[in-house]
Amino acid sequence: MKTFVVTTIVSFIIYLLLTTGSGSEVLGLWSYIELLFGLLLSCVVGGVAHHLFIKESFRMANPVRWILFLGYLIGPFFVALAKANLDVAYRVITGKINPAIVKISPGLKTDFGITMLANSITLTPGTLSVDIDEDSNDLYIHWINADVKALEKTPVDCSYVCGKFPKWIRRIAE
Amino acid sequence: MIDVYTTYLTVVIALALCVILALVRVIRGPTAPDRVVGVDTINTIVIVGMVAFGMAFREVIYIDVAIVYALLSFVSTLFLAKYLEGGEF
Amino acid sequence: MIFDYLIYVFLGIGLFFNVLAGVGLLRFPDVYTRLHAGTKCTTFGSIFLIGSVILIGLKLWWEKDTNGSVLALHSALALVAILLTNPVGAHAIARAAHRSGVKPVRAIADHLAESPPLQTGEKTDKKQQPQEEGGK
Repeated sequence: MKTFVVTTIVSFIIYLLLTTGSGSEVLGLWSYIELLFGLLLSCVVGGVAHHLFIKESFRMANPVRWILFLGYLIGPFFVALAKANLDVAYRVITGKINPAIVKISPGLKTDFGITMLANSITLTPGTLSVDIDEDSNDLYIHWINADVKALEKTPVDCSYVCGKFPKWIRRIAE
Repeated sequence: MIDVYTTYLTVVIALALCVILALVRVIRGPTAPDRVVGVDTINTIVIVGMVAFGMAFREVIYIDVAIVYALLSFVSTLFLAKYLEGGEF
Repeated sequence: MIFDYLIYVFLGIGLFFNVLAGVGLLRFPDVYTRLHAGTKCTTFGSIFLIGSVILIGLKLWWEKDTNGSVLALHSALALVAILLTNPVGAHAIARAAHRSGVKPVRAIADHLAESPPLQTGEKTDKKQQPQEEGGK
């Protein structure tokens, strides 16, 4: 029941965002019929998808985590993204590559956390997540400019590949 | 104030050149995954082009279409990847 | 005046990285390195191009034009859609390429090929659901 209510509220908020400016009766932005129809649709979505949207716990319903998440996106993530693009630009122009597929074990446990880390790795300097070991949550990463020193140990040290991301993500998602 | 119409139509034309660059990879690609990478890149560029087009004509409907196109192209990319991977669906 | 130059700078950066993505697709030697170019550069370019649209929309809104706020909001939603779907698609293509037997060119190490084969089937179907959650 609780999962149903949360899913309905989230989908109703997204519906409201998408239909801004459709009328002028409620707050000058929406019309009554639009609100009614949106509520009906989000109830249907909540009924169908509530067990997919919230799996095990309500950990992510805490607003502090979302504020931290926004801070992470604007701060370290955006800086890393800019660096990544300058790096790719350098490699496109000069053609110097030194690729390897390496294994790292970040030690994250939740699905949301590992998804976020894989997406962050894909968008940050010189790395691209290729595959995942579902049992131990180890990631296999294509590294465009591999460091020979780092390759000596088989699960390569996280700090070479993804910097401080696991710390941030552990604070946000676990 | 800048001339929004001309500026953004120029942007759309420049994006079309990027689409042509990616299209060369789709045609020449030695393996199937290469072609899929080209198609994925074209999808993203087309989405941005739609948003720029909507800004040029001040029409929100183009941007709505871009959102739907983004989600559908994501599904098609996942499906193509699953097909390349082989095995059961 | 400064606003105009800001818009031109945003458009310039966005177009530069989108063209770079096309050139990178042509210049790199294999699938994985091409994915580096095709994913990162288009995402970064999209952030700046759509960011310029959002800025213009907000300025129109400041000048009491309702159409502007709707433009800005919907462009922001399109940007969120791109940011969520692009890395996931790249990950799916890379995994499919490695499982269908494409080897990385000039690689100095390949831990994935050395490891025992990972599970497929039931487990991989489960994996796509968290992405759907992110899309909401």
